[in-house]
Amino acid sequence: MLSRIVCNSSLGPSSLAQLACSSLHLLRHVQRQLSTASTASAAAAAAPAESTSQDAADTLEFPGGRVPFTHNMEFLGGPLTPSSPRIPCYRTLDGTGKHIPDAVVPHDLQQQDAVALYTAMAKLQVMDTICYDAQRQGRFSFFMTCAGEEATVVGSAAGLDPRDMVFSQYREHGVLLWRGFSFDDFANQLYGNSLEPGQGRQMPIHYGSKELNYQTVSSPLATQLPHAAGAAYAMKLDGADTVAAAYFGEGASSEGDFHAALNFAATLGAPCLFICRNNGYAISTPANEQYAGDGIACRGTAYGMPAIRVDGGDARAVYCATRAAREIALRDGCPVLIEAMSYRSGHHSTSDDSSRYRTREEMVAWRARDPVVRFRHWLVANAWWDEEREKQLRHATRQQVIEALEKASKVAKPPVSALFSDVYADMPWHLQEQLQETLQVARRHPHLCPPDMPVQ
Amino acid sequence: MHTHVRQLQQVQQQHQQQGQQQRQQQHAVHSLSMSEAQAGDTKPLNLCNAVNEALHQAMDSNDKALVFGEDVAFGGVFRCTVGLLERYGRRCFNTPLCEQGIVGFGIGLATQGYTPIAEIQFADYIYPAFDQLVNEAAKYRYRSGGTFTAGGLTVRAPYGAVGHGGHYHSQSVESFFTHVPGLKVVVPSSPAQAKGLLLSCIQDPDPCIFFEPKMLYRTSVEEVPVGEYTIPLGQAQVLREGADITLIGWGAQVHVLAQAAQAVADADGISCEVLDLRTLLPWDVQAVTASVNKTGRLLVSHEAPLSSGFGAELVAEVSRRCFLRLEAPPVRVCGSDTPFPLVFEPLYLPGVERVVDAIRATVRF
Repeated sequence: MLSRIVCNSSLGPSSLAQLACSSLHLLRHVQRQLSTASTASAAAAAAPAESTSQDAADTLEFPGGRVPFTHNMEFLGGPLTPSSPRIPCYRTLDGTGKHIPDAVVPHDLQQQDAVALYTAMAKLQVMDTICYDAQRQGRFSFFMTCAGEEATVVGSAAGLDPRDMVFSQYREHGVLLWRGFSFDDFANQLYGNSLEPGQGRQMPIHYGSKELNYQTVSSPLATQLPHAAGAAYAMKLDGADTVAAAYFGEGASSEGDFHAALNFAATLGAPCLFICRNNGYAISTPANEQYAGDGIACRGTAYGMPAIRVDGGDARAVYCATRAAREIALRDGCPVLIEAMSYRSGHHSTSDDSSRYRTREEMVAWRARDPVVRFRHWLVANAWWDEEREKQLRHATRQQVIEALEKASKVAKPPVSALFSDVYADMPWHLQEQLQETLQVARRHPHLCPPDMPVQ
Repeated sequence: MHTHVRQLQQVQQQHQQQGQQQRQQQHAVHSLSMSEAQAGDTKPLNLCNAVNEALHQAMDSNDKALVFGEDVAFGGVFRCTVGLLERYGRRCFNTPLCEQGIVGFGIGLATQGYTPIAEIQFADYIYPAFDQLVNEAAKYRYRSGGTFTAGGLTVRAPYGAVGHGGHYHSQSVESFFTHVPGLKVVVPSSPAQAKGLLLSCIQDPDPCIFFEPKMLYRTSVEEVPVGEYTIPLGQAQVLREGADITLIGWGAQVHVLAQAAQAVADADGISCEVLDLRTLLPWDVQAVTASVNKTGRLLVSHEAPLSSGFGAELVAEVSRRCFLRLEAPPVRVCGSDTPFPLVFEPLYLPGVERVVDAIRATVRF
């Protein structure tokens, strides 16, 4: 009908108007397929049927690249078995923290950096333990620990440039810690008080920092991945020497946004690091119920980007892989995928009891592989660390975290007006009206207003 | 009464004769929108070319403006992005066929200070991007307390009936997004509006969704100001002044309302005030209540299904704010609560006849 209307119209150029015909939108796809098919049949016709040589006529010229023909009918891949070949896992330290003699270590850690990396991991462990307990005491509503994945998170953070923009999932607060987020900053967010940039609007653990180039956490999984691709593309357009770094888990890799992000970053050449924490579990769902292929790394190569599988319990390996990936991304203008194999030693969150879906033996075995202890063994072997320093660090950190939580708990909540600000840059009429109504409600019914929230 | 019925029959006969050509003649009402044109030169453009000119204008004045989406590099399936690649190079680029990727990628660009202008090829295909729009773009500023924002993002999408689009090339999806705090939702009804409102969206500090009535891409032509030209968001426009009833619509539907207003003026002497809402979120409550307080009656009309459509919001607020001035129940004339149907389109759509019927019933209430 539109075509008819357009043809009858004297109002606009009808030749262009025909393109507005939605059926042509559908035709477009058909035409593409037809042109592909005709190319294929033309190429096939050009090749003698009896020919077996791989000359030019034995290839299919396709917009996506030249594809060779074969006379063998062969399917690729299939269900994996225990004996199927797997992408190997790069590591530089063995399970006890001993240096592996022939390991490739392009960016070895010097004493100062190694100690800094270890210190951050140990602080993260202490903070996680105290905050977990504080939540269980009812001090705030929710918490998530990084237990078992400290080397993945802090090791990769150390491999990034502080100017690289991080798009995290929710278990990567070690990156913030590494970059200088203070215990006060963490505590203010956990309590949702007025010193927190997010003004108490989000659940605990939704940290963010403009100064530290760390985009504010949002709960939906994998939504941050296309953002990272876009941000990386912006950096490329700017000619910047930075990358975007996106963190996510193997569970999030099943989301559509994961595939969107990798495909966009690869096709558009965005210098983005996709850092997957394959920690074995998405809440209760084990990895073998999350995917049937060889993990996540193989997907990177399928999307046309370099990919590596790394031992997520080896901080030095993660650090080296991240630095190398960053160099590739900037040199070649492409994304890189890192799959860090780790284990979520803690529960998914304070709302989860993981003993309901995994065995005690499994958890004990993995806790024995504590990546922080493993890295400490390497430091001690280098004579860069000792028991006394360990005690001092943990004791001092414990005091600092407890003090930060105490302090944050006494800070007033944001004012009522913060319920309505920041929805838009300027508050539109309906929010102004609702703010006034809410202020009246708060005054009429004071019990509805948290006691330490200013009614203004 | 008898005279009235005869007049109605004449109107209906006239409508049947005009058939589907009515919609393309609706451009006549657009001359009113020129009242807002800023002083200076104008040139006749159809709505598609007006969008194209706005995109050129945006990319000329802002070297951070990027246009991307499916098939935009060669000019787009509707030709709205013609010439951008040639003039601005890699600032206009194709993306893989993935709506959630397009919007998510745009959000990422916006966080780095760019001005992404994303095209979703049809509004019917915006749903895969729903999560990115609702949970990400809309909440980006709020959840970070202004630390970060995706406000530079503008998403353009052609919407609405074209006569043969069926389920998936016809939908009006605006009310899904008017329910989302943090988004702005804008629908132009003429070429000048398309340029002025699109440029406002692109410059706006909040994420905007801009629904373009694809029926009007080529059937609506008017004089459009050249150069920089913006129309403020959040302001409705009175297309026709009247005393008996207020008719509110947006996009292509305002032309149906204008025709119905003319029909009842000619046949019944009913004086309709026609209001083009233009911005649905945030909408112009002052213009709407001022008009209804004057006329005492309200009719809202949209192509989208009746239930939970944006008309419900207008009717509810007008009922509350203008209750003592109302002389009849506010009425909605909308699409049926069905998927958009192909061969039933004339029955599904709130066409001139149904609007005329509803005007008469409301005025006689």
